[in-house]
Amino acid sequence: MRNSTKMMILIGIVLISTALYLFHGLNGSYDYALPRRAIKVLAMALTGVAIAYSTVIFQTITHNKILTPSVMGLDSLYMLIQTIIYYFFGSMSILVINKNYNFAISVIAMIVFALLLYKFLFKAGKRPVYFLLLVGIILGTFMGSITTFLQVLIDPNEFTSLQNKMFASFNNVNGDLVWLALVIILLTVVYGWRNIRELDVLSLGRDNAINLGVDYDKIVKTMLVLSSILIATSTALVGPITFFGLIVANLSYQFFNTYKHTTLIIGASLMSLVALIGGQWVVERIFTFDTTLSVIINFIGGIYFIYLLLKESRTS
Amino acid sequence: MIQVKEVSKYFAKKPVVDNVSVNIQSGKITSFIGPNGAGKSTLLSMVSRLLDADTGEVLLDKSDVKRWKSNDFSKRVSILKQSNFMNVRLTIRELISFGRFPYSKGRLNEEDEKMVDQAIEYMNLGDLQDSYMDELSGGQRQRAFIAMVIAQDTEYILLDEPLNNLDMKHSVQIMKILRKLVEDLGKTVIIVLHDINFASVYSDYIVALKDGRVVKDGPTHEIINSDALKEIYDMDIPIQEMNSCRICVYFNS
Repeated sequence: MRNSTKMMILIGIVLISTALYLFHGLNGSYDYALPRRAIKVLAMALTGVAIAYSTVIFQTITHNKILTPSVMGLDSLYMLIQTIIYYFFGSMSILVINKNYNFAISVIAMIVFALLLYKFLFKAGKRPVYFLLLVGIILGTFMGSITTFLQVLIDPNEFTSLQNKMFASFNNVNGDLVWLALVIILLTVVYGWRNIRELDVLSLGRDNAINLGVDYDKIVKTMLVLSSILIATSTALVGPITFFGLIVANLSYQFFNTYKHTTLIIGASLMSLVALIGGQWVVERIFTFDTTLSVIINFIGGIYFIYLLLKESRTS
Repeated sequence: MIQVKEVSKYFAKKPVVDNVSVNIQSGKITSFIGPNGAGKSTLLSMVSRLLDADTGEVLLDKSDVKRWKSNDFSKRVSILKQSNFMNVRLTIRELISFGRFPYSKGRLNEEDEKMVDQAIEYMNLGDLQDSYMDELSGGQRQRAFIAMVIAQDTEYILLDEPLNNLDMKHSVQIMKILRKLVEDLGKTVIIVLHDINFASVYSDYIVALKDGRVVKDGPTHEIINSDALKEIYDMDIPIQEMNSCRICVYFNS
C-alpha cells in the first residue's frame, strides 16, 4: 500500500470519528450540544497535533524513539504550579476559577523555564543533547518531589479538586482559550515547517547532518524551543498527556516506514486525532463517562511502551 | 585551498592535537598516518568543522572554516566519519540522494537525479540501489556512504578510515576509486589511513602525526623510508620495492 493511500485512509477515519463524536446522540440539539462538542473537537485536534509534532521532532533531535518531551520536566512544572496555587491560595482563588489566568501563568512559566534551561545549558559551551536531557530529568524529579510534599500537606478536600488537574481532560475546556491555543500552536507549527526537510537529514546523525550543510546547533535549539512551546500550550489547555505522543509517533514510524518528516508528522497528527476524538466518543457514549480518556490512553500507552522496549532490546 | 594554522585541541586539558600546521595540496591525495591516539581523526574533524579548534584556525580559501556558512561549506568540503549510526531505515538510493541536500534542500531536480545516478554507477551499486541499508554487508554500506559523498560533488573529500572492516578486495576497490576521483575529476582527497601500505601506494602526500604533533610531512617517497618510519612508529621497518610500489614489511620487525 502506498503512503498516500494510507494517508487517505487515516483522513477517512478521522472524518468518521469526528462525525460520530459530533452527531451521535445529538437528538436535534443543534444550538446547545453541537457548538460545545465542536469546541471539544477543536481542543482535541490542537492537543493531538501539538503532541504528535513535538514528540516526532524531539525524538529526531535526540536520536531516540522511546523518549517524549516530558523528560524535559514541563509536565512536572505544570503540576508544581497547580499545586502551589492550591497550597497558597486554595481551590476558590481567582487563579483556579479564572481559567484565563491559570492558562497564562502555566504557559508563561513553562516556556520561561524551558528557555532558561536551554540558555543556561547552551551558554556553558557545546554539550551533547543528552546532557540537557539529564538535567531536565533531574529537575523534573525535583519538582515532582516538591509537588508530592505540598500535596501531602494540603487539605484533603482541596486535594480532591487538585487531582482533576493531574490527568488530561477535555470535558471542561474553555472556548476562549481554545482559540488562543489555536493561534499559538498554528504559528509554532508553521514556523517549524520551514526546517522540516533538515529534520530528515538530522536522522542521519550529527556528523552527517553537519556534512550536508545543516546548522546543527541552531536547528536543535530551535526545535527544542518549538517543542517546548507546543507542550506548554497543550498541557496548559487540557493537562499533562505527553506520554500519548510516544504511541502516535512510533505508530507513525511503523505504519509509514519512511524518513520523511512531512509524512511522519502528518501521519502521527492524524493518528492522534483518531485516538483522541474516537477515544473521547467511546468514553462519552459507550462508557458514559465511567472512565476518562487519559486513563485509557495511559493504559494502552503503557502496554505499547513495554512492547517497544522489548523490540528495541532485541534489535540492539 | 585548505590551510591548517597552529591548531590545537584539548580534551580534559590534555592536548590531543598540539599546534599543528599543514598545507593541503589541491588535486592530490593526502594521507594522515600515525599510531593510535595520534590525533588524526581529531584533526580531520577540525578541518571539516565537525569539531571546533581550541586555538589556531583552519582556512578554506583564506577564510576561517568557522566563518563559512554551513550550507556553502558543504558544497565545497565533504566528510565521512568511521561510524555512521542511523536512526532510520533507508534504501541505498535514498541515502545517496541525501548527498544532494546542500543543493536541493530535499527537492531533487533532474540534475540532482543525474548526479545520484552517476554516483551509484561510480561505486557500482546499481543492482543494490533499492535495497535497505540494514540488509547490506559492511563493505556495501561503506560504498553507499562514499557514493553519498561523491553525489555531494565537493572539491574536497575527507574520509576517516574508510577501509575499516573492509576486506582486501573492497579496500583496493575504494582506493582505486579515490585515485580516479583525483585524476578524472580533479578532486582533493584527505584520508586517514591505518594501513601504511595503502598510504604508500595510493597517496601523493603523507602527513605523519604522533602524540598530536606533526612529525613528518611531505611527498610520499620522502616519508616511506626506514628512518622516517622509525621516528613515527618506533619500529624498524624494512622497505621492499615491488613493481615500483614501496611496501613496508612491518609484520616481524
